[in-house]
Amino acid sequence: MSVLVCVKRVPDATSEIVLTEDGQSVDGRFAGFTMSAHEECAVELAVQAASATGGEATVLTLGDADAVEQLRAALAVGCTAATHVVADAQQFGPADVAREIAAVVRDHEAAGRSHDLVLLGNDAADTGDFQVGIRLAHELGRPVVTGVSKVTVAEVDGRLVVTASGDGPDGYETYRVPLPAVVSVLEGGVEPRYPTVPGRMKAKKVSIEEREPGAAPTGQARVRWSLPPAAPSDVQILGKGPDAAPAVVDLFEKLGVLAR
Amino acid sequence: MILVLVEKTLDGAAVEVSLETLTFARSLSEAGGGVPVDAVVVGDVSDSLRAQLAAYGVRELHHLTGAGFEAFAGAAWASGIETVLATTRSVVVTAAGTPRGGEVLAHLAARSGAEMAANVISFDGLSPFVVRRQVVGGQAVEEMRLATRPTIFTVAGHAVEASPAATPGAAAVVEHAPDVAEADLVARVVSTEEPEPDLSGSLKSARVVVGAGRGAGGAEGFDDLLELADLLGAPLGVSRVVTSLGWRPHHEQVGQTGSRISPDLYIPCGISGAIQHWAGCSAAKAILAINTDPDAPMVTKATHAVIGDLHEVVPAINAEIRRRRAG
Ligand SMILES: Cc1cc2nc3c(=O)[nH]c(=O)nc-3n(C[C@H](O)[C@H](O)[C@H](O)COP(=O)(O)OP(=O)(O)OC[C@H]3O[C@@H](n4cnc5c(N)ncnc54)[C@H](O)[C@@H]3O)c2cc1C
Ligand SMILES: Nc1ncnc2c1ncn2[C@@H]1O[C@H](COP(=O)(O)O)[C@@H](O)[C@H]1O
Repeated sequence: MSVLVCVKRVPDATSEIVLTEDGQSVDGRFAGFTMSAHEECAVELAVQAASATGGEATVLTLGDADAVEQLRAALAVGCTAATHVVADAQQFGPADVAREIAAVVRDHEAAGRSHDLVLLGNDAADTGDFQVGIRLAHELGRPVVTGVSKVTVAEVDGRLVVTASGDGPDGYETYRVPLPAVVSVLEGGVEPRYPTVPGRMKAKKVSIEEREPGAAPTGQARVRWSLPPAAPSDVQILGKGPDAAPAVVDLFEKLGVLAR
Repeated sequence: MILVLVEKTLDGAAVEVSLETLTFARSLSEAGGGVPVDAVVVGDVSDSLRAQLAAYGVRELHHLTGAGFEAFAGAAWASGIETVLATTRSVVVTAAGTPRGGEVLAHLAARSGAEMAANVISFDGLSPFVVRRQVVGGQAVEEMRLATRPTIFTVAGHAVEASPAATPGAAAVVEHAPDVAEADLVARVVSTEEPEPDLSGSLKSARVVVGAGRGAGGAEGFDDLLELADLLGAPLGVSRVVTSLGWRPHHEQVGQTGSRISPDLYIPCGISGAIQHWAGCSAAKAILAINTDPDAPMVTKATHAVIGDLHEVVPAINAEIRRRRAG
């Protein structure tokens, strides 16, 4: 079975960010770039599902030339093919991205490679739209499960079925859906493997399918991004390291939280 | 009409973030000249839920029932909302930014070819309709113009405070029992395991909360923090990283997708202070941050801080408390 996993090149949001002058994006000159933790887990689950069914995992991104870095990272941990829709991701809204991914799925299917399972992250770390997976499923007319952290594929009565589970509001929930299907992944259910040196070497040799977007983007509904003004800090530093303990306990006494 | 998808707790009450969304919807309604606010609820509706929604100003309570709604399926819930929309004129459909809320509204948006804004924190104007929402992990705010009708968006948890309406609504129940298409039921929950007991009640009302984040280092890194909590008679509250990685149970999570706490003292240890965490702890009267990074947002926003490794600082505090109690 063939699995497609979709990853996005995003600025590392764990470090401080600077925006471009026009407020349309994060200024790449001051940012490190990664794929999100959700997508790292989706890649791991894709590789596991592919190997469990004797299939292949293909990684896809829509992004600029630098996004090759994220494709290579996925190839280094077990994906065996990659598709790069070369475009400025900033210009593509979630509906545009879903349409482009759907076009790749259809073209690959026409060429005899049908991605019965498509995995995505639950939400992109930069735009956080929380919807590409569902829009993609809608485009393809497939069922979709979102926000799960464990995904396995097995044959049931001669049909491939995906079992997906994760925390829900009423307890730990399981879905069981016949393929083809779309699943969006939350981090935490699986440990993404580290790339090995041979893995990296192999990744370098894979030739990446490059394509142009199938249609002009309808674009973002974005007006602009801004950074909230930093509130003035009036923090009182009680000290450094364990030596601060007496000052801390003094504070507890002052606030009256120590008495039993 | 503004239609709000209301989610329920296991006890059948409205979840707090849905009440916040109703409050948000009411402020939108006031800005828009008093368009009524309706609620849509899937499954059982108790008298107390109805009373709760009336207090929040709900005019009509659209009640979705039938075989298609017995187990959760995002597409089925979206089709149910479409049934409600077909009977009423709705300008806005909104829900809390929970996993269910986001999923159902994304289905609705995809089906109707509309845009959807996730994690809205405020609105700027009605025509054009401009919202502000969290992006880049909450570090930046996006101004977004929503052109399609009905306007579909989710409201970030704890972005507004839930408050009942000045004039209660009738919360008149309108029954809907639509047939759900087979295709919308393919991806549905087939089993739910008994959840861990929800002990978040004590967290929400605690006078002191000890917080723990990624800085704890692993599931085995909580001994000193739990001892401090014990010495102060405080519950533990944690960041989402901690629950996602399975180090601690979800009911201990503080933040936008966890509990909102309002203690006299919050002691976040090894928590950076991301906006989504801050949403859950900003009501604390005093905050003592313990962090290795003097520039961490939690440190700069705190009232007090100790700069250092929590695995050294917390045991020293515990020892000092024991020493003073003994003496
Ligand atoms: C839609 C959405 C909803 C979210 N909801 C929530 C939510 O409800 N609650 C929540 O918490 N998060 C939520 N998040 C996640 C949030 O954005 C942050 O990723 C998360 O709060 C970070 O957790 P952390 O502070 O533990 O980890 P980090 O950000 O990694 O910070 C770790 C901190 O520990 C410090 N540190 C490291 N080692 C030590 C040590 N030995 N001693 C002392 N300090 C140390 C570091 O300096 C750093 O400041 C949400 C995110 C999104 C997108
Ligand atoms: N430009 C892109 N290229 C590839 N995958 C993407 C892109 N944008 C979004 N995705 C996928 O869609 C998921 C959800 O994104 P979003 O709905 O934008 O929050 C992400 O976690 C990715 O897996």
